Amino acid sequence: MSLTLDDVHRIAHLARLEISAAEAEQTRGQLNAILAFVDELQAAATTGVTPMAHAVDVVQRLREDVVTEPDRRDAFQAIAPETEAGLYLVPKVIE
Amino acid sequence: MLNSSLKQLAAALAAKKVSSVELTTLFLDRIEKYNPSLNAFITVDRDKALAAARAADGKVGAGGTARSPLHGIPLAHKDIFCAQGWRTTCGSKMLANFVAPYDANVVGKINAAGMVMVGKCNMDEFAMGSSNETSFFGPVKNPWDTARVPGGSSGGSAAAVAARLVPAATGTDTGGSIRQPAALCGLTGLKPTYGVVSRYGMIAFASSLDQGGPMAKSAEDCALLLNAMAGFDARDSTSLERPAEDYTRELDKPLTGFRIGLPKEFFGAGMDDGVRAAVDAALAEYRQLGATTVEVSLPNSSLSVPAYYVIAPAEASSNLARFDGVRYGHRAAEYTDLIEMYEKSRAEGFGAEVKRRILIGTYVLSHGYYDAYYLKAQQVRRLIAADFAAAFTQCDVILGPTTPSVAFKFGEKSADPVQMYLSDIYTIAVNLAGLPGMSIPCGFDQNLPVGLQIVGPWFAEARMLGVAHRYQQATDWHTRLPAGLEAAR
Repeated sequence: MSLTLDDVHRIAHLARLEISAAEAEQTRGQLNAILAFVDELQAAATTGVTPMAHAVDVVQRLREDVVTEPDRRDAFQAIAPETEAGLYLVPKVIE
Repeated sequence: MLNSSLKQLAAALAAKKVSSVELTTLFLDRIEKYNPSLNAFITVDRDKALAAARAADGKVGAGGTARSPLHGIPLAHKDIFCAQGWRTTCGSKMLANFVAPYDANVVGKINAAGMVMVGKCNMDEFAMGSSNETSFFGPVKNPWDTARVPGGSSGGSAAAVAARLVPAATGTDTGGSIRQPAALCGLTGLKPTYGVVSRYGMIAFASSLDQGGPMAKSAEDCALLLNAMAGFDARDSTSLERPAEDYTRELDKPLTGFRIGLPKEFFGAGMDDGVRAAVDAALAEYRQLGATTVEVSLPNSSLSVPAYYVIAPAEASSNLARFDGVRYGHRAAEYTDLIEMYEKSRAEGFGAEVKRRILIGTYVLSHGYYDAYYLKAQQVRRLIAADFAAAFTQCDVILGPTTPSVAFKFGEKSADPVQMYLSDIYTIAVNLAGLPGMSIPCGFDQNLPVGLQIVGPWFAEARMLGVAHRYQQATDWHTRLPAGLEAAR
């Protein structure tokens, strides 16, 4: 399986990464080399093997549905690129 | 003082032979002198450090409360740990101006132990790299040879301790990022069992693999640091609820009758002769100490690097989606709409290796490829973990090389991502299985340090620290210093 230039542009868009034509060409070669390398996995016999998502089997803990955190909105918004009246500002989404 | 163990420093502080302010000043001055050539730190804050040192000195003699065994000792954190009021960059332009609004669990615990934070150590961008060449803040130089890499991603932490700019540092290890730089810089570093050290406030790379741990001059120092770092934290969903342990408890346990497993796959082709000679000599030393060696097999270990480069990028692509230029981090100056703002902010904020991994991760998780790559890699991960479980029925710990070669030169592997990935060939399987792993210095090749890797069963940190400590009582590799730093004697 080898990625085309169109594939690279599609993946970059899915990842929300702007990519120039020159970058896409260079990236294509590198991604294909990495994918060829990880393709070694296909040779492994894994029929019936349960996928392992985590190193240690843990179950999600539950807690009472009560407020546990203080309001730190000002501290968190102090590091935001753009805020106004307690809101994060972004370009207009809905006309 | 520069070469003293943490225990010796603590004793000197307790006896008031030195104050924390004096000790902290000593190391700050050394950072000022050597860091311009090593680039081991991204941020150093003399005022904050001295204020913490004064506070530590003030608590001495105030009476009543028991002092932590680390009270007043300076330390540096890898710049992946959020520290309130400190710039926390993760080695990235994306977070170049990010001042953390809260403390990571590890930072809070180290502070509570009375340690004095002097600064934040350089690292590969978002911990993605094995050479420190991917840092937005420039590469870290190896104190043993400044033409060579210190390893990565915790390369700044490793170089800082190796050059005696701090007595100890924290690191994180997703595929070898504590052990590989510890090996390349001649240090002792420990990656605990997954879930032992909280990931809260530790900027996420691959959440099912990331684990913080200590980097120091000896196993004894690492044990004391791990005592301060480990413990359950409800704010980390995979933190393990286990009784507290004293990781120093097996330091002096004799190795008589101890069984050391040698995976035949780790001693095959691919390892440099000089590394092999140093590891073989270490094994001979262990036999002298009363241990026996037995060959074991990890038949799927050759698949660990390919499995890792599916799983880690997949998790990274998801974790790094949070950097959108909205709530924190870099935002592009010009854009016409929301999507363009995301795409430009991320393209400008991330470096080449981070982008490659985000793209690989996005691809392997995308529709039509998930089963072939991600699910397959998770199945192989299960096989790799089962190999270790089988091996540990025959032995108490596994030993082998930490890396196939000593520190390589800048630029030697940076043009070929796959070659760079293979420098972690002996360490990655340990993360996939969630096991604890260590590296300790065991000799030299081409005048550069060689690392011996110790892998234990789940939760065998105390045992491994004992295995390392017995060796360090019988040898002096861990006390050797880089030639340019003779002044440290």
